[in-house]
Amino acid sequence: MNNYSKIGQIILNIVFILVCVTYIFPILLTISISISSENSIREFGYKLIPHVIDFTAYKQIFENPQTILNSYTVTIIFTVLTVFISLIVMSMGAYPLSRKNCAFKKYFSFYLFFTMLFSGGLVPSYIINTKYLHLDNSIWIYILPCIVSAWNMIIIRTFFQGLPEGLVEAAKIDGASELKILFRIVIPLSVPVLATIAFMTMIAKWNDWNTALIYIREPKLYSLQYLLQRILREAEFLQKAALDGTGLYTADEIPTESLRYAMAVLASGPAMLIFPLFQKYLTQGLVVGAIKG
Amino acid sequence: MLKNKNNTIKGSKISDNIQYLFLALPSIILTFIFCYLPLYGIIIAFKNFNPNLGVWGSEWVGFDNFKFFFTSNDALRVTRNTILYNGAFIILNPIMAVILALMFFSLKKRLAVKIYNTIVLLPKFMSMVLVSYIVYAFLNPASGFLNQLLGNLGFPTNLDWYSMPKAWPIILTVVQIWLTVGMNSILYYAALMGIDVALFEAAYIEGAGKICVIKNICLPHLYGIVCITTILAVGNIFGGDFGLFYQVPRNVGGLYSTTDIIPTYVFRGLQDGNMSISTAVGLFQSFVGMILVVLTNAIVRKISPENSLF
Repeated sequence: MNNYSKIGQIILNIVFILVCVTYIFPILLTISISISSENSIREFGYKLIPHVIDFTAYKQIFENPQTILNSYTVTIIFTVLTVFISLIVMSMGAYPLSRKNCAFKKYFSFYLFFTMLFSGGLVPSYIINTKYLHLDNSIWIYILPCIVSAWNMIIIRTFFQGLPEGLVEAAKIDGASELKILFRIVIPLSVPVLATIAFMTMIAKWNDWNTALIYIREPKLYSLQYLLQRILREAEFLQKAALDGTGLYTADEIPTESLRYAMAVLASGPAMLIFPLFQKYLTQGLVVGAIKG
Repeated sequence: MLKNKNNTIKGSKISDNIQYLFLALPSIILTFIFCYLPLYGIIIAFKNFNPNLGVWGSEWVGFDNFKFFFTSNDALRVTRNTILYNGAFIILNPIMAVILALMFFSLKKRLAVKIYNTIVLLPKFMSMVLVSYIVYAFLNPASGFLNQLLGNLGFPTNLDWYSMPKAWPIILTVVQIWLTVGMNSILYYAALMGIDVALFEAAYIEGAGKICVIKNICLPHLYGIVCITTILAVGNIFGGDFGLFYQVPRNVGGLYSTTDIIPTYVFRGLQDGNMSISTAVGLFQSFVGMILVVLTNAIVRKISPENSLF
């Protein structure tokens, strides 16, 4: 649309700035609570600009950082492993789907597609994962069920199909195996779509709290976001952790409001700063995903 | 050459297909374990599940679990909440997202688009736990920002939002739109960017106004994507975002009358050990969802084949 009126643009920008305020304000408020002193919160409530700036909450966390560091480690490990393994497994699966001469393509597509239509639901999965596979209280429960996503695999397949056929044919005539063709030719040419899938998987795994909610009872294996949830919900949890000697605090220091929010900032802040830098991959992925498979 | 011919299934080489099968094997196995094996567990919906007896050993009870759920007070509440919330989201989400996308599209400066884009996308990077912290910062009865704001406007200032079920349909709808509108609008914005510029030029030369252009060029182009996202959303009408409904109301029992949806109900069943009833409800959700996707898709295919999902 190429006829822009000046007044129109000004109004539009004002509306956009108002919209953006609704996104920025809550984040600033969260940060501000984390650096407010406890007394000023009690007296004046949560304020955008703290009455008394106070970094006690952060000091307390940094004095005894095992719990949060431990959850960071767990989360980084399962996020990296999930992203890495799922990219390899899904590329391997998507490749035959993209090939015209694959005899079982139709059946395989339906096999995957059906999982998007119908699922056993939470409880049957829970029973299988705990009773038969014994994955509860193991880091693998964060990883294994999330490796294959039918939707993502269809996106990758669609991209593979768009690559020039001749490249694969030429490699084949030279006697390359399918595995070699996939890893030497197809994957290097598919970096854009794979980066997108990797990024989307990474966000999902990094923010994973429900796996821990359902399957993890062992505090050492809490994911970062689940730890955060427990801190918001349960003061007792921290007291107990303090008594066990695994927690942040001694038993008489119940976490305070600013402390909870400081944890929220420390647990989410770094990712919130880094993720938007890779935003273009997200946008790309959406556009690719919108092309129907 | 002749030898080669014998080595083929429908024109493709057996050796190739063995390699393909080898490549596909990891995803076939993982999908089988985590998507198809649980289907076996569905039979406990028709049994009285006893963990000691296992899935197969438990006693058969036919449709008793379904009867129990559908005759309970929970059924009405949970089903009503689920359908009403999802119905509201299905209608509001595309409207809000299309409006935002049109606004992006009308901006002259690409840099401005980029900045605003990044900002409205921020919730995409937040975990639902963080969102619940943020909502709590507003709704905390003692020090929350919303009560302060209402106080400044002269309203009562000690509203305890976490014990006011009536407020939650609005709160959750606002939060849901706040969370998703950015992401959704980018999808529509990308579609708008794909429109041939010549169309707009021609329209303006003909003297078309902005509204006319939006109505006759932009909206028709978005129709296909709206259809696809709606099919998917309708299929999920008995589902819902577990995180939103579990984390944001903080699982407060007093709010269940307006915040409990099927996924949260199923989860609580699992927590309380009511495995069979929970499975029955989950199965009901999954089954109706599947029928709805197929149905909506069939309807869309009938009206405009190119916009159907499959």
